[in-house]
Parts: sequence; structure tokens; C-alpha cells
Amino acid sequence: MAVGYGAAPTQQRGYYLYLIPGALGFIVIVLGPQIANFVLSFTVWKGVGLPRWAGLQNYQRLLQDDQFWGSMIHTLLFIISMTIIPVLIGLVLAALLFDYIREQFGEQISSLLRAGFYLPQILPVTTAGVLWGWILSPIGVANIVLKAIGLGGLAQNWIGDATWALAAVSLVIVWIQVGYCLVVFMAGLSRIDPSLYEAAQLDGAGWWQRLFAITVPMLAPEIFVVVLTTMIAALKVFAPVFVLTAGGPDNATLVPSYLTYYHFFTTQRVGYAAAIAVVQTVITVALAVIFLRFQSRQEAT
Amino acid sequence: MAEATLSIGDSAARSTASPRRGKRRSPFRWVVLALVIVLILGTLFPFLLALVNAVKSGVDYAQNGPLSIPTALDFSALIKFWNLSDFTRKLINSVTISAAVAVFGVLLSLLNAFAIGIGKVRGSRAILIILLLGIMVPQESIVYPLYYMAKATGLYDSQLSVIIVFAVLQSAFGTYLLSSVLGVFPREIIEAAEIDGATRWQVLWMVVVPVLRPTLMVVGTFFFIWTWNEFLIPLVMLVSNNNQTVSVAMGLTRGQNLSDPTMQAAASLLGIAPTIIFFLIFQRTLTRGVVVGAIK
Repeated sequence: MAVGYGAAPTQQRGYYLYLIPGALGFIVIVLGPQIANFVLSFTVWKGVGLPRWAGLQNYQRLLQDDQFWGSMIHTLLFIISMTIIPVLIGLVLAALLFDYIREQFGEQISSLLRAGFYLPQILPVTTAGVLWGWILSPIGVANIVLKAIGLGGLAQNWIGDATWALAAVSLVIVWIQVGYCLVVFMAGLSRIDPSLYEAAQLDGAGWWQRLFAITVPMLAPEIFVVVLTTMIAALKVFAPVFVLTAGGPDNATLVPSYLTYYHFFTTQRVGYAAAIAVVQTVITVALAVIFLRFQSRQEAT
Repeated sequence: MAEATLSIGDSAARSTASPRRGKRRSPFRWVVLALVIVLILGTLFPFLLALVNAVKSGVDYAQNGPLSIPTALDFSALIKFWNLSDFTRKLINSVTISAAVAVFGVLLSLLNAFAIGIGKVRGSRAILIILLLGIMVPQESIVYPLYYMAKATGLYDSQLSVIIVFAVLQSAFGTYLLSSVLGVFPREIIEAAEIDGATRWQVLWMVVVPVLRPTLMVVGTFFFIWTWNEFLIPLVMLVSNNNQTVSVAMGLTRGQNLSDPTMQAAASLLGIAPTIIFFLIFQRTLTRGVVVGAIK
């Protein structure tokens, strides 16, 4: 590139050859299916024969579908367990491990603890589902523990009771998500100049004051990344619901991804399911665009 | 962004070299440690429960409940679940699919990134954005056309279908990662090779790949583990028992209605075990790459 004679354009053209396998794959596996799904969302189709054009009919039905709106509300509630609670716990824990435990007890204890909190994050979600399904069952460990400590009155059919199921699934999601926030925040903390803390300490700032005055503002980029990525993930929650509750009981834990799966493969209302998937995609892309703009701004600075 | 995040693990270790002097060692520190230990025990408690109860006999469980230490080691629940779910088969399937995706995914990523990072082809930025959007959108929006195509081409219920899909999906992400690494690849090395008469193909394999090998290993490790944990597409594509992965088998376990609690613990433990093994082997790689994996 440094040498500027006329060969440059042909050189570039040569490089395009290397994009061919990837481009073919992407067109066949991602782009094509995405377009096909979009077109299908305007049709009525049972998966066999030819789809029948239906215009906006699927979308009109969607607006009146209580199951769909219920699933969207559950998504908003899952943002609490996917984003808000893990971010808060993650921030406090990261600050504790980074500027207290590590100072007082050493690097090894601190990284050991971090690894421990991270473990649920790399488990296959379906395995987490089996494990928690067993713990939260009516005769499961959760209820046995409650009885053992004299709180037997609080025992519930956690995932089988419409009142508690959403909270129970949320608990499992928090358990999975805290490690992700913690690790990202601790990585971000290593960027912060320790002298900032020292100066604050000399000025008599307590631990909580330092958390809000230094840690949170300095971690703003990480917090932003974690909030957006986990919100996108909240919109895609599928496996925990599939394994723990299958959307039930009484639709209490229904989420858009499960509803889509259900209509694609159980009721075979393919066009309708495609329309739900399109709505999910549009919201995701909107969030993703914000994320990417932020990322490129970060790179620029 | 990518290089910055890849090196995070190291900088964390480095910046701790000089602990602050003159800090107070108050008894309060033990309170904080105790608090954090309570939290970590709470986090790890489910793992412990699975372990303890998977090696407990059904009678022992019925008498002493899930919280007691097993009176004797009893592997019957583990063996029963292993045979019931044909776990050997599931492990082989998961390893085959994940390993194939890691290899082909890295290969595709490498070719793309060579054109984008080294070749600086026009439209690189647009390509990367399209790739990223492509993997951020929910898989629900491509799963039905993929399912239909697989049926039409006779690839339905074959591991090959899942391998192709994930090699492409993961490579979209790998391209993004490797492009930024290759974007700062020292020009002089490539120019020197070109002056020596190396073709572009030779530059890729004899100059770029050897330098990039550690990064390629990291990316491949991620592809392997991500694919191992994938659920929706394998669930849809692999219907017959013989083709299913560990993750799918776990997801369908609840439908099988394992009434015996020790069997559920055994199922959980068998699902956890491979992850723990990966975790011990790849701990540093995994925690290091967590930021770059964020957009998945």
C-alpha cells in the first residue's frame, strides 16, 4: 500500500477472491433466510404447498394477540433480571473484588472468586435449566431448605405456579448473568489509574463514595456495552424458558422467542411466527445500531 | 476494540504489581470477605448439590434428603442416565460438531479477515457492519428458512447442516475480530515476502498464519464452546436421538419426566462436567475474551 504505483487496484481486486467463500456462506445461511423470513411474514403458510399472500394481516393480528403482548411485557421484565440486577450486583462485586479483596487478600483470592462467579455463565443454558428445574420443583431443594430453616410456609411450586414462575426463571437468569457483568467490569477497572483512588482516600472518601465518584463514572463505557448487549440478549431469551417452563404455566413465562418457535413448529402458522420474528429483529437491529455507533465512537477516540 | 479487549487479562495482572502502602488492616476486612464468600457459596451451591446428589443412592436421598453428604458413593443414577440418554453418543456428536465448526469457522474468518484487514478491500466497514448485524439478530428470524432448506436439500437431521450453519454464523463474528487484528499487522513483513516473490496465497499461509496462530487458537476455542452451548438450531435440525448434542439432550430431559431426583442431579452433573473441564483448560482464554463475545 505504501508504494503508490498503478498496480494497487488489481491488487485489491485479487483480495476480493478471499471473500468469496465467506460471502457465499453468509448469503445462503444468513441473508437469504432473513429475506425469506421477512417475505413469509406477509403470507399465510402451513409449511407445505405454496404460501398465500396476506399483506399486513399477520401484523394486524399480532397487535390484537394477548399472547404476543404478554410475551413483550415479559421481555421487559426480563430486562430487570438480565440487565438491571446483574449490572448492579456486578458493579458492587467488581469494585469489592478489585479494590478491597485484592488489596487486602491478594490477587489470587480475587481471581479465584471472579472465576467462581463466572462459572454459571459458561454452562450450557439447558444444563442450568435441568439443574434449577430440579432445585425449584415442588419437592426440590429450595423448598426443603425453606422447611429446614423454619420457613416452610414460604414453600411454593416455584416453576409450576403462575404467580411465581416468572420470578423463578428470573432468579436463574440473574444467577447466569452476574458473572458476565463482573468479568467485564473487572477488566474495565484495570484501566483506572490507582492514584485516583489514593487521592480520594487521602481526601477521606469512604468506599461507597469512591464507588459512585470514581468507579461508576470511569466504567461508563463498560456499563453501556453490558447494558445494551444484555438488553439484546433479553429479547432473545429462549432456552431457560424452553427448559424450565415451556412458556407456562398459563403463559406466565411466555417470551417472543418461545412464541415464535411454538407457531413455527407446533401450530405451523409459519407466516405468523415469521411476523413475530421480524418484530424481534427490528427491535434488535435498532439496539444494535446504537451499540455499533457507540463502538465506532470509542474506536475513534 | 478487539485487540484492546483481548489483552485485558494481562493488563489486569500487571497493574497489581504495586500494592498501596500504609493501608489499614481493620477487622472490617474479614466482614467483607465473609460477605463475598457467602455470595460465592450461594453461586456455587447448585453445582455442589448436583455433585452430592448425583453420587447418592435413591434410598439415601429418600431418607436424608438432598442436603446430606452421601453415606456411600453410588454411581447407579449416573450410569442409568448415561445409558438412558446414550450419553457417549451425545458427547461424540457435540465434540464432532463443535470441533468441525471451530476449524471451518476459523478458516472462513481467516480468509475474510485477510481480504479486509490486509487487503483493505473497499467497503470493508460496510461488510463488517452487515456481518455483525447478521449475528446479532435473533436466530428465530432465520431458523424456519434454514429448516426448510435443510429438508429440501436432504440435509435435515444431519450434523452437517448444523456444522455449516454455525461455521458461517461464528465466522461472521470471527471476521470482525480477526480483521481488526490483521488491520494492524506489520506491513513490512508482508512487503518483504512479496519482494521475495511470494504470492498472496503464500503470504497468507507462510507469513500471516504462523504469526496469528495464538489468536486463531483463541478464536477457535470460543467457536468450540459457543457451538457446544447452542440450542435452538440444533434442536430444530437434529430430531433423531442419534444425532443430538449434549445441549439438546439436556433441553429435552425435562420432557422425559425424570421422576427420580438423583437422576435429575446425575443429568445435571453430566451436563456440567464437560464445561468444568473446558473451564479448567481454557480459564484464562475464556475470561479474557468475554468482552469480545459480548455481542453474541
